[in-house]
Amino acid sequence: MATAKKPPKPPAKAPTKPSRKQRKARREFLRSAAAGIAVVGAALMGFLPVIKEWTKRLRPPGAIEEHAYLAACIKCGQCVQVCPVEAIKLGDLDEGFGIGAAYIDARAQACDFSCDAVQCVLACPTGALSHDVDVKEQVRIGLARLDRPNACLARQGKGFKGPARGADFDGLHRYVEVDRWTPIRVADHPYNLDLCDLCARECPIEGAITIERLHVDLTDLRGSPVVFEPCVGCGMCEMMCPVDPPAIVVDVGRTWEDV
Amino acid sequence: MNAFANSLRVMLGGAPKARPKAKDVSDEAKSIHQFKRTDPDFQARMVAARKARPTHHRTTWLKRRWASIIIVNALFVLSFQFDVQLVEGSLTASRVIGFHFADLNAALQVMLAYKDIVINLLIGTVTVLLLWVLLGGRSFCSWVCPYHLLAEWAEMLHLKLAAQGLATDFTMHRGLRTLLYAVFAVLAVVTGYTVFESISPVGILSRAMIYGPGLALVWVAGLLVFEVFISRRAWCRYICPIGLTYGFVGTVSPVHVRYNLATCEHDGECRTVCMVPHVLEFTKKTYATKAKMSAGPDCTRCGMCVDVCPTNSLAFEIKGLSKSA
Repeated sequence: MATAKKPPKPPAKAPTKPSRKQRKARREFLRSAAAGIAVVGAALMGFLPVIKEWTKRLRPPGAIEEHAYLAACIKCGQCVQVCPVEAIKLGDLDEGFGIGAAYIDARAQACDFSCDAVQCVLACPTGALSHDVDVKEQVRIGLARLDRPNACLARQGKGFKGPARGADFDGLHRYVEVDRWTPIRVADHPYNLDLCDLCARECPIEGAITIERLHVDLTDLRGSPVVFEPCVGCGMCEMMCPVDPPAIVVDVGRTWEDV
Repeated sequence: MNAFANSLRVMLGGAPKARPKAKDVSDEAKSIHQFKRTDPDFQARMVAARKARPTHHRTTWLKRRWASIIIVNALFVLSFQFDVQLVEGSLTASRVIGFHFADLNAALQVMLAYKDIVINLLIGTVTVLLLWVLLGGRSFCSWVCPYHLLAEWAEMLHLKLAAQGLATDFTMHRGLRTLLYAVFAVLAVVTGYTVFESISPVGILSRAMIYGPGLALVWVAGLLVFEVFISRRAWCRYICPIGLTYGFVGTVSPVHVRYNLATCEHDGECRTVCMVPHVLEFTKKTYATKAKMSAGPDCTRCGMCVDVCPTNSLAFEIKGLSKSA
């Protein structure tokens, strides 16, 4: 047959139209590609808040380095469930890859280590909160810093009367002298201080903050909070500071080496 | 290609094969096909039965399944609300009466991104792996996943709207899910972030129910709207890597939907209600290669086909426990 003489070729025609089935398959392919790109694109949007550090978060005690933390955290919230002062919250969509990852808003509710044995670390199933941390003194999640020295009451020689953050503040704290086991509302524990030392007084870590006298003259009460190396960055000082915005804050992820 | 390899191929997105060749069909199946084709009594009975069939389906398995999804998720919520420590955590990872559980896909993302496997995570992953091998793999989707339930309601709405011409089902290639599975695995390794978790409606919904709603629900709502108006069950069918992860687990599960060729009258009802109708390809006339067939690993064991089958030709079966197995 191959040697048989072929009829002359018909004049070149426009390429044959694809069949209905082919067109359907092509449309389906294009739709699938578009959907795939949209889904991957949406997921990769999570990079933005992380890289731009839109929401730099204080992580719970024991948290490993931020990038590794976001990788290791399985976003389950078991740490949230064990915290006696409900300090731990979970990230939302605006935090990108930090969605569902645990953080602490120290000003609203800091970790005061009421649980004694870093329960969140024990609860973490993936090691995002490192199990190498057994006691609160080993935690390093940030470092306190006197951010607005001029606002600090102690530096002005002022005392403090009443509930530290006002009567409406919902934050909890375990006052050992009130109840060894159960945290109570900070609002239900008014103070009467000649010189404000709330940051140092309620700091759960020994030797992390002291109020250092500013003058040798003993009649001049003025003093300034000074942060020392034991500071773990829990943020209790930031929560307790009665001025608003707080005079003392926690710098997320800063360590003593950075000082 | 043997049936197992073929079911894997179809799960990964391959088109179901056309009518099987005669040499692939067992003698028993052949004689049943032959009987259905030639026996006038059977045909007359089939026609009569079709006329007499009620329009309403049973909802036995549907009710059980919805109850299961609601109860499982309620356990998470109530356990935290009342601090009873029965089920702690969320669907991505939890402790159930103290035992570690980890969602297989979430755990996989963490392992790929973090590149370090803590023993507790390994224990939780293996526990859940064994659990879902026993329970049927993708049965996670239809019996536990909260997004599945919302998507089912969206699907009902979609079908209503489609019947009135107000919505269209733009289908997509099922291979997309396999591709995305690979893409998200690679992204986790390369970026060191659990990239998929940031859009996983399962994690988002589970956390929203337990810890309170957030902005992320907007994404889930968007997905549902897409499914209502544009593409039926798009997330579960074409995208969700969690479904594929559990699909792999289902390949070795004894729990499956079993098909009985002899009693089937080939109405095709099962394929119209099924989210993954390619697993029921053998219910088409002359397609079955054996007298008893098993729906493949992509089957979510939802039981919709079992509910609608007018001749009880589809039923749940546990391999090794049933007499027929």
